[in-house]
Amino acid sequence: MSTETLSTSKPVERPKIKEKYDHFIGGKWVAPDSGEYFDNISPIDGKPFSKAARGNKVDIEKALDAAHEAFTKWSVTSAAERSKLLNKIADIIEENLEMLARIETIDNGKALRETRAADLPLCVDHFRYFAGVIRADESSISEHDEHTVSIALQEPLGVVGQIIPWNFPLLMATWKIAPALAAGCCTVVKPAEQTPTSIMVLMELIADVLPPGVLNVVTGFGPEAGKPLATSTRVAKVAFTGETTTGRLIMQYASENLIPVTMELGGKSPNIFMKSVADADDAFFDKAIEGAVMFALNQGEVCTCPSRILVHEDIYDTFMDRVIERTKAIKMGHPLAEDTMMGAQASNDQYEKILSYLDIGKQEGAQVLCGGDKAGLNSGLETGYYIQPTIFKGHNKMRVFQEEIFGPVTSVTTFKTTEEAIEIANDTMYGLGAGLWSRDAHELYQVPRAIKAGRVWVNCYHAYPAHAPFGGYKKSGFGRENHLMMLNHYRQTKNMLISYSKEKLGFF
Amino acid sequence: MTPRVLITDKAKDTIDQLKKRFGTELMFHQSGGCCDGSSPMCFEKGDFKVGSQDVWLGEVYGCDFFMSADQFQYWKHTQLTLDVTPGRGSSFSIEIPMGIRFMIRSRLFTMEELESLPPTKTGEEILAEQD
Repeated sequence: MSTETLSTSKPVERPKIKEKYDHFIGGKWVAPDSGEYFDNISPIDGKPFSKAARGNKVDIEKALDAAHEAFTKWSVTSAAERSKLLNKIADIIEENLEMLARIETIDNGKALRETRAADLPLCVDHFRYFAGVIRADESSISEHDEHTVSIALQEPLGVVGQIIPWNFPLLMATWKIAPALAAGCCTVVKPAEQTPTSIMVLMELIADVLPPGVLNVVTGFGPEAGKPLATSTRVAKVAFTGETTTGRLIMQYASENLIPVTMELGGKSPNIFMKSVADADDAFFDKAIEGAVMFALNQGEVCTCPSRILVHEDIYDTFMDRVIERTKAIKMGHPLAEDTMMGAQASNDQYEKILSYLDIGKQEGAQVLCGGDKAGLNSGLETGYYIQPTIFKGHNKMRVFQEEIFGPVTSVTTFKTTEEAIEIANDTMYGLGAGLWSRDAHELYQVPRAIKAGRVWVNCYHAYPAHAPFGGYKKSGFGRENHLMMLNHYRQTKNMLISYSKEKLGFF
Repeated sequence: MTPRVLITDKAKDTIDQLKKRFGTELMFHQSGGCCDGSSPMCFEKGDFKVGSQDVWLGEVYGCDFFMSADQFQYWKHTQLTLDVTPGRGSSFSIEIPMGIRFMIRSRLFTMEELESLPPTKTGEEILAEQD
């Protein structure tokens, strides 16, 4: 029996997508060395809609050749010129936003409503942000004494390897590509094998914007294309978003080459609702309810998914009744339908994994407050990967409270005191995101400071402006994305220590 | 004693195919975190370096099965079954090009079973034993 709220609109038309895409290397389309292509399956219906090149070490080496050749010039290209090109990329994305949003939806399964309003507009803004900050960026100089001056100048690291996840294929690629290019690096990008198409459509649009070799994209499987990139002695840095075991493996490879890495490895983010939230049934209360339901954004496939709701016991009933009601009202349906609020999970294995967590949650005695099962959609969606938005009630030691399910699943528990809320919030291996909702001015500052997470949203959630640094504490990784501080993850410091004295030291 | 990790026939078949293709012994490391997280990763034995902060849960169909020690604290009351499902995956796990993905199904141990679980070792200890 299906209990979902269903979308009623018809899906919009699918843009033209090529039957297959080659690698984008040195500004050209290059067929894979293997001669093989693999099916890209759309989560909408579980059916292939295009093919991607099956990259291997030879393709990665070609891309690195092209990137190294390009770096000689790109590294000394003026900030004004780099900025202009980044702005041009932003303009092209903006002009093609609707088409790219539709393809992103087909590739990933998320609702068009989200790709239109979040993924693509954020891509545009991120390119513009990094185009902007490099025009105002300055290195530093200090006069140590009247004859000695130290210049600390930032220089690009070189050619970098960037491994992109599948949950926001274009946006996560943008988060990595924009600052690297802004900093003067050249890059070899390996998109996720679940979502290799939308980025290639973007490459078609911007193929002529950048000098050949500055940006190269090689598709393929992790062990065949990702590994040769991560182990290469010709990359100056590897940036990775993914999970902990692969994160460790990439660090292991980086240790062999003595190169830096940055890691974004997920979380189990607490979303804390203090007692004052329910002081009035007003606009803020309504916003807080939406804040709790944010676990369903992007089908829960967000590293910062607010997958633990911590609510003060005195307001549990008042608050959760409304949260459940709002969750049940989430419209599921064809991701290309304009009124669909939640689409499909990105792949079959992801879908199976989420179902296995719904099972373990029930076994551990967590109470299902809503959802709890696969969603029985029809009209051609029977073979897609749809799961009901689910809320469990339980305690923080349960596995559904501790592991990243990466699906539309959140688990709620209560607390009595602020100290207890903080203790539960921090009782996790991870520390990427957190939310704090309160009307109390003191709590608004003190509680976020006590939470061990890199991003604490205060009276909001799931906002990702380019201007705010994003990254993890604890096992969620290290390094930051977004914000101008990101530039220094792609640069190193050249110190020129200059003496203006004509006098010898007198040692020899 | 009740094993901590079981395996399905389908997963055994996959391991056989991979062993044949790579010509080596294999190992598993249970991941955590986002994207492909919470899934077991399969590598050629020794490719992934384990140490004192990894727990060895036992051998499954001839392959060592590890998990990081802090993650094990939250998993130790459950019996894991290594299974395989069609899918793309997104990591360096070596079965991915076959269009399938290893996955874990879990079951709570009963109170009696919890009393009779085999001891765990650290990655460092098991490597020393195997030397």
